[in-house]
Amino acid sequence: MLEKKLEIRSILATDCGSTTTKAILIEKKGDEYRLIARGEAPTTVEAPFEDVTKGVLNAVEEVEELAGKKFIEDGRLITPQRDAKTGADVYVSTSSAGGGLQMMVGGLVLTMTAESAKRAALGAGAIVMDAIATNDGRLPHEKIERIRHLRPDMILLAGAVDNGTAQSKAKVVELAELIAAANPKARLGIQYRLPVVYAGTKDARKEVGDVLGAKTALKVVENIRPVLERENLLPARNEIHEQFMEHVMANAPGYKKLMSWTDAPIMPTPGAVGYIMQLIAHMEKINVVGVDIGGATTDIFSVWRHHDEKLDRWEEIFNRTVSANLGMSYSVSNVLAEAGLAKIMRWVPFHVNERELRNRIKNKMIRPTTIPQSLEELIIEQAIAREALRLAFIQHKDFAQELKGVSRGSDISQAFRQIVDRSIVKMPELDMLVGSGGVLSHAPRRCQAMLMMIDSFLPEGVTRMAVDSIFMMPQLGVLANIQKPELEESAKKAAIEVFHKDCLIKLGTCIASKTVPKRPGRVMTVTFTMPDGKTVEKQYNLGDMELIPLALDQKAKVRIVPERGIDAGAGPGRHLEGEVEGGVVGVVVDARGRIYTAAADATGKPFLEGAVPLPEDDKERVQTLKKWHKALNIYPDYNF
Amino acid sequence: MAQAYTPGLRVTENAVIVRERRLPLLGDVLVKVGDKTKARDIVARTFLPGDVTPINVASKLGCDPGDVPELMKKKEGDTIKKGEVLGQNKGIFGLFKSKIISPIDGTIEIISRITGQVQLRGEPEPVAIDAYIDGTAVAVHEKEGADIQATASFIQGIIGIGGEAFGEIKICVSKPGEELTADKIDASCKGKVIVGGSYVTHETLKKAVQNGVAGVVVGGIDAQDMKDFMGYDLGVAITGMEKLGLTLIVTEGFGRIDMAAATFELLGRREGAAASMNGATQIRAGVMRPEIIIPLKDGTTAKQGGVETEVQGLTVGRLVRIIRSPNFGVICKITAMPPELRKMESETMVRVLEVEFPDGKRALVPRANVEAIEK
Repeated sequence: MLEKKLEIRSILATDCGSTTTKAILIEKKGDEYRLIARGEAPTTVEAPFEDVTKGVLNAVEEVEELAGKKFIEDGRLITPQRDAKTGADVYVSTSSAGGGLQMMVGGLVLTMTAESAKRAALGAGAIVMDAIATNDGRLPHEKIERIRHLRPDMILLAGAVDNGTAQSKAKVVELAELIAAANPKARLGIQYRLPVVYAGTKDARKEVGDVLGAKTALKVVENIRPVLERENLLPARNEIHEQFMEHVMANAPGYKKLMSWTDAPIMPTPGAVGYIMQLIAHMEKINVVGVDIGGATTDIFSVWRHHDEKLDRWEEIFNRTVSANLGMSYSVSNVLAEAGLAKIMRWVPFHVNERELRNRIKNKMIRPTTIPQSLEELIIEQAIAREALRLAFIQHKDFAQELKGVSRGSDISQAFRQIVDRSIVKMPELDMLVGSGGVLSHAPRRCQAMLMMIDSFLPEGVTRMAVDSIFMMPQLGVLANIQKPELEESAKKAAIEVFHKDCLIKLGTCIASKTVPKRPGRVMTVTFTMPDGKTVEKQYNLGDMELIPLALDQKAKVRIVPERGIDAGAGPGRHLEGEVEGGVVGVVVDARGRIYTAAADATGKPFLEGAVPLPEDDKERVQTLKKWHKALNIYPDYNF
Repeated sequence: MAQAYTPGLRVTENAVIVRERRLPLLGDVLVKVGDKTKARDIVARTFLPGDVTPINVASKLGCDPGDVPELMKKKEGDTIKKGEVLGQNKGIFGLFKSKIISPIDGTIEIISRITGQVQLRGEPEPVAIDAYIDGTAVAVHEKEGADIQATASFIQGIIGIGGEAFGEIKICVSKPGEELTADKIDASCKGKVIVGGSYVTHETLKKAVQNGVAGVVVGGIDAQDMKDFMGYDLGVAITGMEKLGLTLIVTEGFGRIDMAAATFELLGRREGAAASMNGATQIRAGVMRPEIIIPLKDGTTAKQGGVETEVQGLTVGRLVRIIRSPNFGVICKITAMPPELRKMESETMVRVLEVEFPDGKRALVPRANVEAIEK
């Protein structure tokens, strides 16, 4: 048994993904924790193996070989560490194998309690398959059919504020009755009773218990929206994690064994990523956006600091969205379907036959493991990535909004008015943008990853940028979340140190102006005071891009003076002063501006679509792209 | 190290194929171990619970939700008939009574005194599963289904659309590089699984549907033609539920690509034989590829090594197909497998293979961009 407040010497952490299980070894070297080795092996949840621990042991075996140490004995992991060459003090794991945690949520009103429920489920790392609500436009039998057809792993039911009306209470019970009538069968395990987390009005707890208690594994937690003005997502989120372990994971092949090995509950992979991002944002007091673009899905996380005027304190608002069908391999064809060919091709500085391009994209979908061999293929792939990221971020900003249904007015006439939907993610306030996923983390040149993120996220003002080197945020997230008192402090320290030293690759900083003036000409002047004390003054015209070399761990002072009417992050015409960080790329100055136009999604819902202005004339567009690529040395070997 | 190449698709003359046939819910299994099956024989059947029809009784009878159970003439679990009176209110002085009439045959599922809703469950719907292949039941899963085994020729495609289909194999082109054109399809193709060569268009597929073709097997198709045929763009490759009038299996990929010679020759040798095919494809974790199973005559045993085996790795001398541009679709031979990472034109550092093209030229190709041709 480990002693109280044990200083951890070594940590093994795995992430069991849907295709690959990744293992990392962290050790204390002197005063700091560092990543020592990393191994991977195919995940073994599905037939013929049907035991997740086989993949874990295979991945750890690779770590054993690389680190020259022994971690496996008699088919299980050795914990705690016995000597410098044998075992690890702590073992933790995350999982998204078998399709991750798939949930349905329910609430009274789609844009209020159902949306809060969705936020809680997404924040816990789930894929939200559907949200049912009294006003979702479907008839009761259609809702029942939907629940039965989707067979979720878990349902989160919310609805109504506490001490509300009898009518709203009855509506919540009605939703419970629909779930009872559907009596959905779970995907995993025959003897499995569907977990339902009830996080609705406390007034209906007894009745919901009567309806669902016998048919489901019902858990009741505090109301997710006790009053309209406030969300209380944490109790629901924690219960989802509990139920994920107790019901979903316990029925997945091999997970009972895996759970007996770990020093902390297994977390859903995106839940762990969200946790580490919140921790970093909290410690550094910054606003962060993170993205993980995978083969099938794109996850976006944001942590936004918000000052509560009433309580006079800062709070962090965490949001996560999963764009289930935006990805670079399995879903690549869907990016084409959603963005359209023209939007993808606007980033490509050469001509490709449309029929041929469609075939190329579909061939990537059916053979998802291929990689771009030619530069043209790389350029096309990075163009698709820009669109996938852009669409996923639009969805995220649309979701990460101020609470709807909150009365902001001081007089009675305003009390029931819905506030205008506004995203809390405001680009000039963004401090740090972190990218991960193959197309960003493995881009042959880091500047390519940086430009892809700038083009799709459209940062404004001064924004630090980074990529996750090998996507170890999941393992670090679960490590930072260890609740055992004797390990907690040391585990958190290890997670944070490794996050900064080994996980993040700092690309540098982006300085960007927002405004596009009617006439071309100068938009801003930036004065850099470099680390050696030299001062450089640079003037930028509309459409300019420049890369200012500033190495990793170096800082420069900047003074940004926009022209009259131009917004460079501080408001029209207002100057900015501060410090910028260097990185493996440097400081990118982006004077292209941003244009926002009204657009509508497939359902007709309006949104603002942002873009960097590109000439409509094809020749000019190609020339402009080439100019930007040259400025940042993006594709130096391409013979344009 | 994770596999750094795409395992090839299987094309086998003679293999033991077992297909699990399971019901979605528990039911009755109609075969026992050793029983011979025909593809369309029913091997198990059950009843799916009927649809739920909710009725807001409190609102219809104008009463409090709490009074609903007392006003109902039926209890939870009772059987009901369409048109039957389920409940009625007391009316005014015994007059003007409102009634609730059952809109369906079924049972009463829930009577709620909180919401005043009554949920009716419709009659169960019968569901049956067939054997899918001509073969023998080799295992029975109690109340769930059976495993059917056959010694058969087996071909996997890269992507398909449409579900299970059956028909005789008919070859409609003379060589694997020939396009399956509309003029090659006539009334003689009705109910058949027709085999084309390198390419098929939307127009040809439409003609195949008009002629009652059961299935089409072809080397390549343009993504635009598949979109036109389906009526929508395939966003993710999860297929099998489409109802398009036929099942399509593409063996090589998108574009005009010769069907692999081994596939074409095998289908040619089995012309006239009864085939079972399934277009269902799932390209995600737990990949599922479309398949054509052509059972051999009774009594034929699997050849030595003909049983489905693990895919072999890449080795020098082996034939591979390039599955990404440049040289997409070209079949070549592995001449060397340098272990170190090499920089590609895209500047990506990857493990590579040296391959020799049919014209004798050699090139380096990322290992991830080739597909072993399985035999």
